[in-house]
Amino acid sequence: MKLNERSVAHYATCDSPADHAGFLRKRVERHHHHAHHHGTSYQRRWFVLKGNLLFYFEERESREPMGLVVLEGCTVELCEAAEEFAFAIRFDDAGARAYVLVADGQAAMEAWVKALSRASFDYMRLVVRELEKQLEEACKSLAACRKSPRRSSSSGRKRHLSNPALLPLQEKPTALENGYSTWGSGGCVAGGATCTDYDGGQTKPPPLPPRRRSAAGSATGSPAPGLSPAMLESPVSPETICFSKLHNWYGQEIAVLRREWQERQKRGHP
Amino acid sequence: AVLKKRLVKLVVNFLFYFRTDEAEPIGALLLEHCRITKEEENVFSISFIEEPESKYCFECATEEQCQEWVEALKRASYEFLRRSLIFYRNEIQKMTGKDPLEQYGISEEARFQLGAHRQ
Repeated sequence: MKLNERSVAHYATCDSPADHAGFLRKRVERHHHHAHHHGTSYQRRWFVLKGNLLFYFEERESREPMGLVVLEGCTVELCEAAEEFAFAIRFDDAGARAYVLVADGQAAMEAWVKALSRASFDYMRLVVRELEKQLEEACKSLAACRKSPRRSSSSGRKRHLSNPALLPLQEKPTALENGYSTWGSGGCVAGGATCTDYDGGQTKPPPLPPRRRSAAGSATGSPAPGLSPAMLESPVSPETICFSKLHNWYGQEIAVLRREWQERQKRGHP
Repeated sequence: AVLKKRLVKLVVNFLFYFRTDEAEPIGALLLEHCRITKEEENVFSISFIEEPESKYCFECATEEQCQEWVEALKRASYEFLRRSLIFYRNEIQKMTGKDPLEQYGISEEARFQLGAHRQ
């Protein structure tokens, strides 16, 4: 399966901040059948977590990743039976391989498990939707409070009405889309605007990320526990096929693929 | 350039493409640090920051479908979602004086910080 490797490698190695990074020992998965496993071996790799992507490099200074794990539809659990400070990333798709990783110590292990458990796109989307709702509610409350200033119950919020730091409504800069334009322009502030216009009185929530509609053949995700039915989208199974293929592709760690890519780069192949 | 008919699926921040009669994808594009551009009628393109001249072009059946895809893809990256979160968090904090992430116990997480170093 093809992947835009150069872009992926660029994203992995560019200095946009990682959500977590460090050395971990990764268990070597044997693909061929043995009658007995002659013990398991581990390889020390440099791991970088960016968003929902866990990259690993042969060494910290390596210029492109050896592998990539897409952290969707997975669980991160402690591996009591294996080495000390071991944890595993396991996928809902039974065909996908698990990743057993070993940290240097208790604190490192806990930090990794925490970071990885919250890394999925689905989780981020969940939190964003919650905040959208809360912001709408906050806007409405303030608008209502503004209309009837004598209500003593809103006295707490009135303090914010007089905040001189409030700015007129601005659209979120569209240059931020997908991180493209901010890159190389020295960074950009995401916010800097409020959603309320106190002069107009009519509040307007900021532009919301659209709901992904499965009818349009767009994104789905694994349903998270505790979600209302309205938030659930299509089941994950068709998509886990996509991701396990992605894992298999990268999971092979075949030096050949890297060599081929390096050769293409040398030849100036687009 | 020859256009090939593909089934295209946006799944989180990946765009998978399939030969129309197959169940497994033949390729994928990671949608981070990319630019989505509306080209001529029914056509949009995806290009990446490290190679802005190299474009992946897609022709849709209708202009309406094309606009839908452009809108969906522009918001498809994890980084876009993260910035939205930080924006909403900041707004709610300004309006209510409370950090909305505290109730989830995630206010200290690195990934949610409005840091100066983050773009």
